[in-house]
Amino acid sequence: MTLFVRFALRRLLAALLVLLVLSIVIYALFYVLPGDPARLACGPKCTTAQVDQVRAQLGLGHPVYVQYAHFLHGLVVGTDVSTGVGTEHCGAPCLGFSYQNGEQVTSLLAERLPATASLALGAMVLWLVLGVGTGLLSALRHGGLTERVLTALTLAGNAVPVFITGILLMLLFVSVLGWLPFPSYVPLTDDPEQWAWNLVLPWLSLAILESAKYSRLTRSSLLETLAEDHVRTFRAYGVRERSVIGRHALRGAVPPIIALSALDLGTMFGGAVLTESLFGIPGLGKSLVDSVRTEDLPVVVGLVLVTGFFVVLANAVADVLYAVADRRVVLA
Amino acid sequence: MSLVDVKDLTVEFGSLRAVDGLSFRLERGAALALVGESGSGKSTVASALLGLHRGTGARVGGSVHVAGVDVEAVSDEELRRLRGAKAAMVFQDPLSALDPYYAIGDQIAEVYRVHTRASRRAARARAVEVLDRVGIPDAVRRSRSRPHEFSGGMRQRALIAMALACEPDLLIADEPTTALDVTVQAQILDLLHRLREETGTGLLLVTHDVGVAAESVDEVLVMRHGRVVEHGPVSAVLRSPSHTYTRELLGAVPRVDAPRTGSTATDEVVLEATGLRREFGRGKRAFPAVDGVSLTIRRGETLGVVGESGSGKTTLGRMLVGLLEPTAGTIRYEGQPHTGVNPAVQMVFQDPVSSLNPRRSVGESIADPLRARGEKDEARIRGRVTELLERVGLEGAHYDRYPHEFSGGQRQRVGIARALAADPRVIVCDEPVSALDVTTQAQVVALLAELQRELGLALVFVAHDLAVVRQVSDRVVVMRKGRVVEEGPADEVYDSPRDPYTKQLLAAVPALDPEVAARRRAARRELAAA
Repeated sequence: MTLFVRFALRRLLAALLVLLVLSIVIYALFYVLPGDPARLACGPKCTTAQVDQVRAQLGLGHPVYVQYAHFLHGLVVGTDVSTGVGTEHCGAPCLGFSYQNGEQVTSLLAERLPATASLALGAMVLWLVLGVGTGLLSALRHGGLTERVLTALTLAGNAVPVFITGILLMLLFVSVLGWLPFPSYVPLTDDPEQWAWNLVLPWLSLAILESAKYSRLTRSSLLETLAEDHVRTFRAYGVRERSVIGRHALRGAVPPIIALSALDLGTMFGGAVLTESLFGIPGLGKSLVDSVRTEDLPVVVGLVLVTGFFVVLANAVADVLYAVADRRVVLA
Repeated sequence: MSLVDVKDLTVEFGSLRAVDGLSFRLERGAALALVGESGSGKSTVASALLGLHRGTGARVGGSVHVAGVDVEAVSDEELRRLRGAKAAMVFQDPLSALDPYYAIGDQIAEVYRVHTRASRRAARARAVEVLDRVGIPDAVRRSRSRPHEFSGGMRQRALIAMALACEPDLLIADEPTTALDVTVQAQILDLLHRLREETGTGLLLVTHDVGVAAESVDEVLVMRHGRVVEHGPVSAVLRSPSHTYTRELLGAVPRVDAPRTGSTATDEVVLEATGLRREFGRGKRAFPAVDGVSLTIRRGETLGVVGESGSGKTTLGRMLVGLLEPTAGTIRYEGQPHTGVNPAVQMVFQDPVSSLNPRRSVGESIADPLRARGEKDEARIRGRVTELLERVGLEGAHYDRYPHEFSGGQRQRVGIARALAADPRVIVCDEPVSALDVTTQAQVVALLAELQRELGLALVFVAHDLAVVRQVSDRVVVMRKGRVVEEGPADEVYDSPRDPYTKQLLAAVPALDPEVAARRRAARRELAAA
């Protein structure tokens, strides 16, 4: 077990290092490269005097490493930011101030995160159920009609863009059948039941899009494990087919699914732009679209950092889970 | 009623008839070996005993009765109750035969619970009991280990423990020792023997190794192309085989007491290694795979390198050809220090399947060393490759064929042709015949001897099979844990070994004569008790 704890700690430490590098790269990308960050941060409507003021507040006159150190300091312990009319304290993790919104980037994103998290986590549960379920069925009916039909269906789901699937689903469940309300986001803390009802369609749209990958992955790993010698061993020892598949074959198919889920979940936390726009969910994806359109640099930088953070974190967690599923990893 | 009664069994996979009208019986408590080369259908018969062909698309004809159960006719549920409870299979290749994700004790307990109404706790206790019985030390603790934490020999023991869990009437052992070192093989065979004495279970042993059969059974059934060639008491079949094929098969088995014939050794040193050392890993975890090995190789001679897995013999071979850089020590070729790859020292690899690129024709693979040397004339390359193919007993027209179109023995010939392409003076053969059947093995060994005679090659023959090494070698080095424990002329090392480890290795070699085998077993028992 100590071996395992050491493995987990090492992996998380590595993730921290990646995050540090990530912050440097992103900082360099937006603030150091040619262009006028002060102009970008302030927004297109600012006067030259206002831009100069922002430049001074951002400390752009200092050497690059001082600027970065200041930025990192804000991230880790917090700092004071200027709002244009005065200064206010910006607690860690401070991502700067959005002059266009007149609000700190951190609180701006924090408001948006629950919606995105609701969408991503719910959709993941659904796509895992759909994907693993159809994949399992495909593998067990390998070579039959069921497999071909399922493959066609999941691939079609993957091929059709989410804004078409989503509209068709809305048409069916809202307009024709009237089973579901027209989706509008209700926070979980306000009304859990309404929260879920309103998110069913977004979840389903995303899940249909994503499940094809999981279906293919489950099917191919399961076919692989079903052909393995240890599966034959348990069959030859009279273990029931149900246990052979559930305990021994499916178990071997789990690690790659964990790895892929982590990648997808991390990405999705950065906002599922299309789905959020389509269903009017006030999440990070919508912020990203808005801030890019209005050229709100601090928000864009903050969003990219947050997305990167979730991708790196999800992968580190996945690696640890992978090691829980397959202990041999720890030794490698 | 017999424990096993097979009548007129046929098994067909598509158009291939793997088993063709096979009949035999096995009485309670008796032991029978199915012996044959790969493709003879012996494993297919073993699977048929447990009805494992059901639902795979194979067509099975004839009748199979095991412990009173008509395997062909019973329902799936009844068949399930036979498997593991009345007849249990000890599988080959112990690493993949156990589930890597579960503790070994849990896997045995699962099998036990399927066939008994035992509680979880009782099943776990049973698992520990059988693990202890097959000689796993500290069975309570080790039952919590996963398969990768066990050595090959311990995994094989665990599989035997699994087979024993429900006290079956019949053990079916499919090549139970093929992946193991010779000393571990002897331990496993002794264990099977002891368990049979204690429990009175019947044994059906499937093996390609006549020596393993001689050690373990009362009766032998020799199979070829899915049919019975010869069937009788083990001593009669092995001592006075009546069928030509059996005689050929026995003739091809290398004997550990038969010295090399037709030596071409000279005194001219070609390759000389001094103080070779190679470490793997870094810092605290660094360990030497080869630790201070010195040897000389002379023109026209064969130097045998024997040792068990992990002894460093492959690492040594790779350093000699320059595929691995030694951590310390020097290699001299014809008196001159040499580092890196030397075209005059070539290698033949163990696995002819994975050492040839499956996507390139064999001709192209053989041409590689020629092209590497700067030859650009396509006609000359083709001519030389054709010549080499014919030299190793293949046809020039095989140039454009791909590795999968060849048998294992033919692929190894391709590997030899590739080594010859660089006009080497020395060829290091790393387990060149261990993946081959005995008759094919004999042909490849003969080819190497012939090439040596004609070209004056020096051969380094790395192998774990002591009998093959004796058959081909002039001198032998015995390796253990990266060091040479004994070195000398082959006859001296084999006939009067000085090192205790060499003695132990030689005592573990399966004997072809059942009486000798019984004597050796007794001797091993005494050694173990002492």
